[in-house]
This record gives sequence, C-alpha cells and structure tokens, in this order.
Amino acid sequence: MKRFLSGNEAVAWGAWESGIVVAAAYPGTPSTEILETLAPMPDVYAEWSPNEKVAMDVAIGAAYAGSRAMAVMKHVGLNVAADSFFYAAMTGLEAGLVVVNADDPFMHSSQNEQDNRRYCKFARVPCLEPTDSQEAHDLVGAALNISEQFDTPVMLRLTTRLSHSSSVVELEGVRPPPRAERPTYRIDTAKYVMVPGNARRRHPVAEQRIARLAEFAETFSFNQLKMRDTSLGIVCSGVAYQYAREVFPDASVLKLGMTYPIPARMVRQFARQVGRLIVIEELDPFLEEEIRLLGIPVEGKSIFPICGELDQSVVRDNAIKAGLLPASALMPTPHPDKIPLPPRPPILCPGCPHRGVLHVANKLGLVVNGDIGCYTLAFLPPLGAVHTCGCMGASIGVAHGVAKAGISQRNVAVLGDSTFFHTGLPALLNVAYNRSNTITLILDNRTTAMTGHQQNPGTGRTLQNAETAPIGLEPLVRALGIGLVHTVDSYDLKGVEAALKNCLDANEPTVIIARRECALMPEVRKQWVPLRVNAEKCNGCGLCFRVGCPAVVKSDEIDPKTGRAKARIDSQLCTGCEVCAQVCARKAILFRAQLNEEGGER
Amino acid sequence: MKTLSFLLAGVGGQGTILASDVLAAVGLHAGHDVKKSEVHGMAQRGGSVTTYVRWADTVYSPLIGPGEADYVLAFEKLEVLRYVEMIRPGGVVLVNDYVISPLSVTSGTDTYPTDQQILTILAAASDQVHFVPAMALAESLGNPRVNNVVLLGALSHFLGDVPVEAWLQALRERVPSRLVELNERAFLLGRSQFGGNDPGKTP
Repeated sequence: MKRFLSGNEAVAWGAWESGIVVAAAYPGTPSTEILETLAPMPDVYAEWSPNEKVAMDVAIGAAYAGSRAMAVMKHVGLNVAADSFFYAAMTGLEAGLVVVNADDPFMHSSQNEQDNRRYCKFARVPCLEPTDSQEAHDLVGAALNISEQFDTPVMLRLTTRLSHSSSVVELEGVRPPPRAERPTYRIDTAKYVMVPGNARRRHPVAEQRIARLAEFAETFSFNQLKMRDTSLGIVCSGVAYQYAREVFPDASVLKLGMTYPIPARMVRQFARQVGRLIVIEELDPFLEEEIRLLGIPVEGKSIFPICGELDQSVVRDNAIKAGLLPASALMPTPHPDKIPLPPRPPILCPGCPHRGVLHVANKLGLVVNGDIGCYTLAFLPPLGAVHTCGCMGASIGVAHGVAKAGISQRNVAVLGDSTFFHTGLPALLNVAYNRSNTITLILDNRTTAMTGHQQNPGTGRTLQNAETAPIGLEPLVRALGIGLVHTVDSYDLKGVEAALKNCLDANEPTVIIARRECALMPEVRKQWVPLRVNAEKCNGCGLCFRVGCPAVVKSDEIDPKTGRAKARIDSQLCTGCEVCAQVCARKAILFRAQLNEEGGER
Repeated sequence: MKTLSFLLAGVGGQGTILASDVLAAVGLHAGHDVKKSEVHGMAQRGGSVTTYVRWADTVYSPLIGPGEADYVLAFEKLEVLRYVEMIRPGGVVLVNDYVISPLSVTSGTDTYPTDQQILTILAAASDQVHFVPAMALAESLGNPRVNNVVLLGALSHFLGDVPVEAWLQALRERVPSRLVELNERAFLLGRSQFGGNDPGKTP
C-alpha cells in the first residue's frame, strides 16, 4: 500500500514492519514524531525514557534479551547516550539494534550542528543514510539485518530535511508474527561483561567486524552507482543526493546508502570512470575524507559549505563558482528593493506560565542560568531574562559553578520539569552535596512542551497513554537533600516574588517549583477567557508591554497626558492568564472576575 | 510535466501545515510525484512557518530555491516579503490581506511595512500578485479560522485543470467531520474570487 509519509513516519512504519519489539527515545526535534507514530501501533512497546542515555540502555537491554530494538534521538541526544553507544559497539547484541539519529543541519531547533557520522567511525558502528521517505522506511529493516548478521548496533542517520519532508512510500503493511514463546536470556559474560580483560578481547572483534562490513558495503543494494555523462562524478548520500540529481541531471552518481564504512572498490571504480570527482554532503567532509584516505583525489568542501544546510540553490551557486556549471545555469531571481522587515522569532506563547516567573526574576535583577526548553525564549527582549543556555540539564551545574566562583549578584538555575528529569537530577544532587546557595527554579508546566507536549515522569501518563504514578517533584528534590523547597503558582507573581526573596535570604541550596500547566494543553485551552483593558484607566505607561506577551498590543488610542499609546488586548490571542493584569499599576487591565463588572473596550 | 513549486508562508497557528497537506494530497490525486517539506518551529505559536510542496513527474529536492516558487501562498501580509527572492518571475502570488503584528511592532521597536511598500516590492517580483481578503471572507462565514482554506480555494482557481472535487476530497479527509461543510464553503468562496467560471490553466 502507498502512503504519503514524512521521513519520521516512514521510520516508524519500517520499525513496525521489521518486528521491532522495544523502542525507546527522549523527544527531540527533528526526531520526535518517530516514536509518536510508532507508539499507537499494535504489539510494540515504545517509551519516552527520561533521557537518551537511558533510552539507549533500554534498547540495548531489549536486544541483549533477543528482541529487535530501536533507540531514537536527535544528534545532541547521542552525546548524552554516547557512553552506552560505545559499549554496545563492543559487546554486540543478541538481536538487531538500530540507533536512529537525526542531525540538524542549520540548527533549526538545536544548539549546534554536529555530524554524527563521526560517532559511527569513532565507535566502529556502521552508518546508513536514506535519501527519501521510502529509503528511510526500507533502511530500518536493512539496519536490523546488518545488526544481526554482524553482531553490531547500526546507526540510521537522518537529517531535519529527511525527517520533516514527506514523499510516497510503498509499505508492506504487515509485521512478522510474534514468537510463540518467550526467549531464554542467554548468558555470555565474556561477551557482555566489559571488564578490561574481556574488553581487550572484544576490541579486535570490533575492528575485524568493521573490515568485514566494508566488504559487505561493496554489494549492499542501497549503494548504487549510476553512470551517465562521465565528465563529472558525484558521490553523495542522504538528502544531498536529491540536490545532486536536481542540479546535475546528467552527471554520474554514486549514491551511498551506507556511509560508514564506505565501499572502497566501488569508489575506486567510480573514480576511474569519471573525469572530475566531487562529493556533495551536508555538514562535515565525512565521505570526502574517507575517499581521500583511499588515495583518491576528490573535491567537496572546497566547493560546498560546511556550515548550514544545502539545497539545490546552494549546490547550484557553488557549482557555478567552481566551474562545474556555466554561469547561465543561474536561476533568474527577483531583486526588489529590500526594506527592513520586523523579525518574527519563536516567542513564548500568550498565556505561557513561564513568562510571569521570568518577569519576576528579571525584576529582581537575578542572573539566570537557563536550560533547553521553551523558557529559553525569554532571553529575547523585552523580557531579557535568560543569560545562559548550553545543553540539556546544564543550568544547575553552571549555576553551582557560578555560585562557587562568586559574583556580586545572585544567580538562579531555571529549567523545566522534563529537563529536570532528563539531566537536572544529578546536578541538583551536587548542589545539595557540595552546598552552594544556588536557587533552582523548576518551571513545572506538566508536560514536555517545546517538542509538542510529550509525557514525562511527572505527568502520570506514558507514551502509550498508560496510567502511571506521577513522580512528585517536591519529595524528589527533598530526597536529593534540598531543605528549603517552595511550591508556587506560576501565574501568581506575588507568590513567585515572595518565594524568590525567601530563597535569596537563605544561604543554602533551595528549590522553587513554579507550577502551572502549559497554556496550550487541550484541557487548558477550554478555559481560555480573553481579558480586556479599561481604556479610561490606562495611561499608556507601557509596564504591561514589558511582560512581552503577544496578546498585549498598542491600541490606536493615545493618552492625552502621556502622549503614549494605550494598551489593548488581542482577544484572538489572550488566554486570560492575568499576568499583565497583575503587572498593571493602574488596575486598568481587568481580571477574569472583573470582566462582567466593569466596562472597557473590547 | 514541468516541476510546480508551491511556497506557503504564514504565522504559527494559522493553518499553514493543513493547507500544505491538502496541496500535497491534491498533487498525488492528480497523478504527480509529490514532496512536501516543513520546518517545525521551536515554539508552538507566533513564529514564522514555511512549507514547500512540489509536484512533478519525479520530484528530487523537497526544498524550493530562489526563483523557483511558481505559486506563493501567504497567509499573512508581511510574511510574503521574506520570500520575495523565491518567486519565479511571473509566478502567482496570493496574499491574505491580513496583519498579525510581530512582537517588535507591538512594542514599538519596529514598524510594519505599509501596503504600498508591500505592493511595490511584490510588483518587482511578479505581475501576478493578488491580495485576497481571505480573513474577511472567512469572518463572513462566521469562522475566521478557515481563512487558510479560503486562500487555498483562491489558489485552486489558478490550477484550473485540477478538478474541484480533488480539492474538496483532500479537504474532507483532513478536517473534523463537523467542520467539513464550513470548510467546503470557505474553499468555494475563495475559488470564486477570481471569477469561478474562468479558471486559469496550469502552466
């Protein structure tokens, strides 16, 4: 059956049809939809693990137990899971293990752009790369077969464009029948206990395996050589193949579905048959370096950029500069006069419970060591309330370091509930153990919001919507050794301020849990009530604008005394969180309870 | 056939993704190879959203480069200006006559371009620029949220050899059943804006 699927959806289908039994992941753009698509399918166990390292271990355990398994993560997630990725490459497995890794060229939603094919070479793990959704689907099964044939984890490397582009996929629509009996766990300590003595015997196995895989690559059906005009030969993989075909329809192409290890003889044969050999690949010169190591002259990053994402125009323009195409190949494009356009960056949504809390932190002049989540967006004006953001869970450790180094202000670690469960836990343990007066502010919006509302250990539901015991943050942080713990309503600005001041007075590790559900949760949306401004009371002082809510806008009415535009509330956007109403010094913004009592313009 | 490239630009929450899903389904229904690409923004709402849809015998790249957009569908007036260089000279540009103020405009840091500025810039890119009062038309139907479907209906006029039923079917498959009738009306209202009886032909 034919379906129009994104790369992520296609991977989920490929996993289901290949008989994957266990799949584990932590949400991360652009990989999140893979498990969301797989989770509702029958006879599969799929979970959100607290972080990628746990997800990797879970998938490895399932594969140790003789069941096909999959771990899914975005590129930086593999940094978190790298320790486990490396030992799995040493031990091998009892059943297929595919590690689905989504790189993010151009950093659409990431803090860096790293080329995780490097991890494959680093760990001696084969790497497969699809060029469209069909191959994303097909390569899951191929990866599992390779994994089982060669006793190794296999990486399926996607990129944002692959994950979030859709094309037609021919599906089988069936899944192999489940085993009649539960497998017996096979004990093999020499293979699976990686103490130095055993590990020394396993390392040569991994080296020999990658040599055998290089041989296998020569006949792997997804490595495809297509000879056309021989003046130019292009080696490519992933979505870059599509750009190569679009820009150079007549060129000979070696498309590599396996990019580590590469098929040396195939590349040599191709290089001999073509005049000029180039590589078109996104991010690092990975294939280029592998080919050069074979002693074959090749061009790549001297023509095409290492930073950012490719597309046909980037490929075309750089090819023209390099003399690969005539200048006449340039697309005619409009060149109108440019005017400066107001940017429209992602911003905290109207009603976001993070806004008021960070507004208070800013008002108190606190330095905020932030983390990965929606709240990072509060670094932008007018809030300007987040001052560092590096990676998942970094906030608390960084804040502890700042506190130990000593500054004239106080600083606060700010992170969300899901990020706290991810890697905040050990860092908070460190604050308690090594005693810094770090204030940790956990913004508990009862979901993993930034990636689109995934469950987490605090929500009481699993990925497959099973009920589970919600982990309480208060007992958890107390158990970690924090004595002073406040819980406040994120919408209660006075409460937030009082809690922060109390923690500032205390010279000990403290935690504030600011709790309020994400305003975009379906059940919260039902309670939205747009507020309004009493224009007679508003004098255009602008305090409410400083909260940075898109629903609070300037009206056309100018206050005659101040000469400034009065505030107006966009009823299409306002959720009625009342943060602006609390900030207003003239009580000109009506609270929900006042809406029926007082006047005011809509 | 020649590759047809569609660029859809809007603001998060405007239904840009739904419109591109319908457009992709219509292309498949018409027997083309289709690719669709979207960038999921970081926050849920308020950011710029762009999607690409391409129809051809074989579509290679899922993206659209400068000068390649045969059709531009802008759900918000300012958003279209970010993609002017993407318009193929002579490409069809349909702009929702609707403003969503960016935060920097609300806060007084930036100014929103005037209609005259927008028209001047777009006129330099194409002689096929049309403002569509999609939001006003959607409001006349009682639900401003269907302005995306009104604009899609307007686009359908310029793809005259695709049967209207293909659009309506793709739409029906993607909206909740209680909203099917409203969406159909919104689509046909948009489609009739350029004289429903004289549809343009696909180039």
